Amino acid sequence: MSEVIVVTSGKGGVGKTTTSANVGTGLAEMGKSVVLIDADIGLRNLDVVMGLENRIVYNLVDVIEGNCRLKQALIKDKRHAGLFLMPAAQTRDKNCITPGQMVKLTDSLREQFDYIILDCPAGIEQGFQNAIAGADHALVVTTPEVSAIRDADRIIGLLEANEIKKVDLVLNRLRQDLIRRGEMMTVDDVLDILGIPLLGVVPDDENVVIATNQGEPLVGKNSDAGQAFYNICKRLEGKEVPFRDFGKSVTIWTRFSGLFKKNLQEERA
Amino acid sequence: MSLFSFFKRKTSSQIAKDRLKILLISDRVNCSPEMMELIKNDIAQVISKYMKIDAASMEVQIAKTGNSVRNGKKMPVLYANIPILDLRS
Repeated sequence: MSEVIVVTSGKGGVGKTTTSANVGTGLAEMGKSVVLIDADIGLRNLDVVMGLENRIVYNLVDVIEGNCRLKQALIKDKRHAGLFLMPAAQTRDKNCITPGQMVKLTDSLREQFDYIILDCPAGIEQGFQNAIAGADHALVVTTPEVSAIRDADRIIGLLEANEIKKVDLVLNRLRQDLIRRGEMMTVDDVLDILGIPLLGVVPDDENVVIATNQGEPLVGKNSDAGQAFYNICKRLEGKEVPFRDFGKSVTIWTRFSGLFKKNLQEERA
Repeated sequence: MSLFSFFKRKTSSQIAKDRLKILLISDRVNCSPEMMELIKNDIAQVISKYMKIDAASMEVQIAKTGNSVRNGKKMPVLYANIPILDLRS
């Protein structure tokens, strides 16, 4: 059974490409056959995050227009045998393909791969419609900021309208120190607002920047974000993995009232 | 008072959450604050035909707390709080 997963967010810069690269690499590390499709035609980036930018000959649009065979546009990953990348065209725009063509493409990849992961462009226009057309499952990536959550909510509405039944949340760039101080929304706050199941929480980690500089996904490596992405992969594979606790706001008021409650309990006992 | 407000001071995450709750409800039903104002004025006009109301302090908002459920989700409700000054006989 193969699964087509689209990684989307609405807002740009929240970590769609990083999530796609790491989830794809993590699943390949678990022995699955995975193809990553960069659906961001005109602004491709998944190739550089994967460190495969020098190997591109053909791309997604070439396959759709019949300029090459499907296999010719699949770039084999440097490190994982079961991992392939289909890059986007850089000199074309999102309107040169249709949702119907994307469905046909993803369906033809189902025979070969366990997971087909689409890196969706930002926005809600044609590029988004193309990317979600053939998807069984959507990962909505957001950060705990008002603008990103607003866009995520809009995307969730559009996914539901397009009858994508399985929609899960990946909450990216959490900072425990800010959450403790009450200056960042907690995981529960965001879940309460968006109302979709949580698939993963990824801490804000400088190692992501380093890994992107080097063109090597950090999934599974000894870093907070790497572990978080690996846990997402395990959950996709149906394993139960507990979520890391990012805590809640500890303000003077909650400390004070907590102290008060403690005293009351002691008095009662 | 200042000590009280010091303890009760809202954290920025609480402000963000409160802003989002209002923002998303109007986003979801595609209703702008200007439109809410128009709805409010229209309701005030209609009710005023029958009773004396305090139009200045009336509140109209969309809330998620409705009891009606569709497709397993709570439907938003239009909620109006209209203080009645005096029933017209």
